[in-house]
Amino acid sequence: MSSPLITARGLTKKFDEFVAVDEIDFDVARGESFGLLGPNGAGKSTTMRIIGATSQRTSGDLTILGMDPEKFGPQIRAHLGVVPQQDNLDMNLSVSENLYIYGRYFGLSRKFLKTKIEELLEFAQLQEKRNAKVESLSGGMKRRLTIARGLVSEPEILMLDEPTTGLDPQARHILWDRLFRLKEQGVTLVITTHFMDEAEQLCDRLVVMDKGKIMAEGSPAQLIKDYSTKEVLEIRFGSERNSEMADQLRGMCDRIEELPDRILLYSEDGEALLEKIYSAGLHPKTSLVRRSSLEDVFLRLTGRTLVD
Amino acid sequence: MSTPHIRQGSLEIVDQEKIISRGSLYVAQARLTAMMKWIWMILAIAVANPVLYLLSIGIGVGAFIDKSAGAAGIDGVKYLTFLAPALLATAAIQGAIDESVFPTLEGFNWWKNFLGMNATPISGNQIATGVFLASFVRVVGTVIIYWFVMLAFGALESSKAWLAIPTAVMAGVAFGSITQAIAGLLKDENMFFVIFNRFVMMPLFLFSGTFYPLSSMPIYLQWIGWISPLWHATELGRYLTYGHALTQTMAITHMVFLLTLLALGIFFSRRIFTMRLAK
Repeated sequence: MSSPLITARGLTKKFDEFVAVDEIDFDVARGESFGLLGPNGAGKSTTMRIIGATSQRTSGDLTILGMDPEKFGPQIRAHLGVVPQQDNLDMNLSVSENLYIYGRYFGLSRKFLKTKIEELLEFAQLQEKRNAKVESLSGGMKRRLTIARGLVSEPEILMLDEPTTGLDPQARHILWDRLFRLKEQGVTLVITTHFMDEAEQLCDRLVVMDKGKIMAEGSPAQLIKDYSTKEVLEIRFGSERNSEMADQLRGMCDRIEELPDRILLYSEDGEALLEKIYSAGLHPKTSLVRRSSLEDVFLRLTGRTLVD
Repeated sequence: MSTPHIRQGSLEIVDQEKIISRGSLYVAQARLTAMMKWIWMILAIAVANPVLYLLSIGIGVGAFIDKSAGAAGIDGVKYLTFLAPALLATAAIQGAIDESVFPTLEGFNWWKNFLGMNATPISGNQIATGVFLASFVRVVGTVIIYWFVMLAFGALESSKAWLAIPTAVMAGVAFGSITQAIAGLLKDENMFFVIFNRFVMMPLFLFSGTFYPLSSMPIYLQWIGWISPLWHATELGRYLTYGHALTQTMAITHMVFLLTLLALGIFFSRRIFTMRLAK
């Protein structure tokens, strides 16, 4: 196997006393789709900015494309496509001017950009808005433009910080499709998200982050296997009774999580468990059997849900 | 969605050397593209400003002053001729502030587009230099227009008068580079520039020998002129446009003062931009 594109060891970032990223280790291989999953404030965006060779780490080692970002920031950034969490487009300029000027920042020629812009406008479905001022675009359009802008230089590593926040479901699926294609072409993806479906769809491998630390690492399937059961039974008795009923349900399954509005019961066979509950004379108001997800992994690791 | 054409990849297409040598020009290009969106407004201000000032104060107020000053005039010339070089430098400074402060506040605080630029190979140094270069272009344009209005008003009496263009430009960009550095420090601009305009810009405008010779002010107020780029540029401008008495030593002092300010402004802008982006 070729050496990893990104290697982090003991990576730490402090803002005064606050430790945003706390001695994390990870590798990202060429062509891999690597995810950082965690709630807001977990340190994902800070990690992204450090990998993006803009924010400087406080301590630890980091190598990107074989270079240390502290010494070779511009050389590394030349091969990164960055889609930040907050769109930071040039609001003075039109849609196509934003793409053009951004391409110039990579030293790309006018001729190359002329065709590239057409391709990106089509990708972002903004052909009709090409001359519109960015200020007049909707939130979703701005997001699509920011993503298109990140692709202008055909980057080796595409970094997407919460890429689909603010996109409608159709636009999300189009973006996922496009990211798959990029991956097929050998582009390495680094993605942060707090959407577990997105992480499951897009990431070959991911780390679960919380409070600046990495709690677990693996493929989505492996993480679910390691930290959860095959199925989850969600039942509701009504918010006043959930707590009282949870006590009675303990012992009937592998693990139980009590949330304010529902109880989660972890089991290899959800339907069988539900039968057992009915046989014991308990009658939940609603019940649902589903597959375990990364949300359950996160709950297990931190005791909290992803979207608090 | 059609199939995208063959991907070459950044390793093939990104030109690192071009970015190092021309990066700040690309940033300036972005700024100038933005300026072109309100070019008519910029031009209207550039023309209306000198016309209105020179008419109302230069000729209007000047009529009274010239009458009481008699044949000797103010500094040996008509009040309009005396006033015009100071207003020229003021316009340069105002233009430079507009094009350095607002883009910096936008870039760091309002739209954060500097973060977008800095995610590319473009460095903080190049962003600072690019913003400076664009404001330089605006100042040159403003000063040239102003100079021609002065010419039309008959306020240029010396054959060296054209040299007042570079000295006014220098005053503008020197001041602009300093305000760019200050704007780069502001996390929350809030009232800063309102206060700055009232308590820095206004006293500088009034006490830099703009409307009357600095020497006619009490000595305890003259220091304002000495530290004001406006006064230094005005002295040079008066010498160049109508032959105001100026020793060689003083001429050099004025030049050195403005160039030092410019060097400090550029140095600190670049440093502040770089440090702020690395946080």
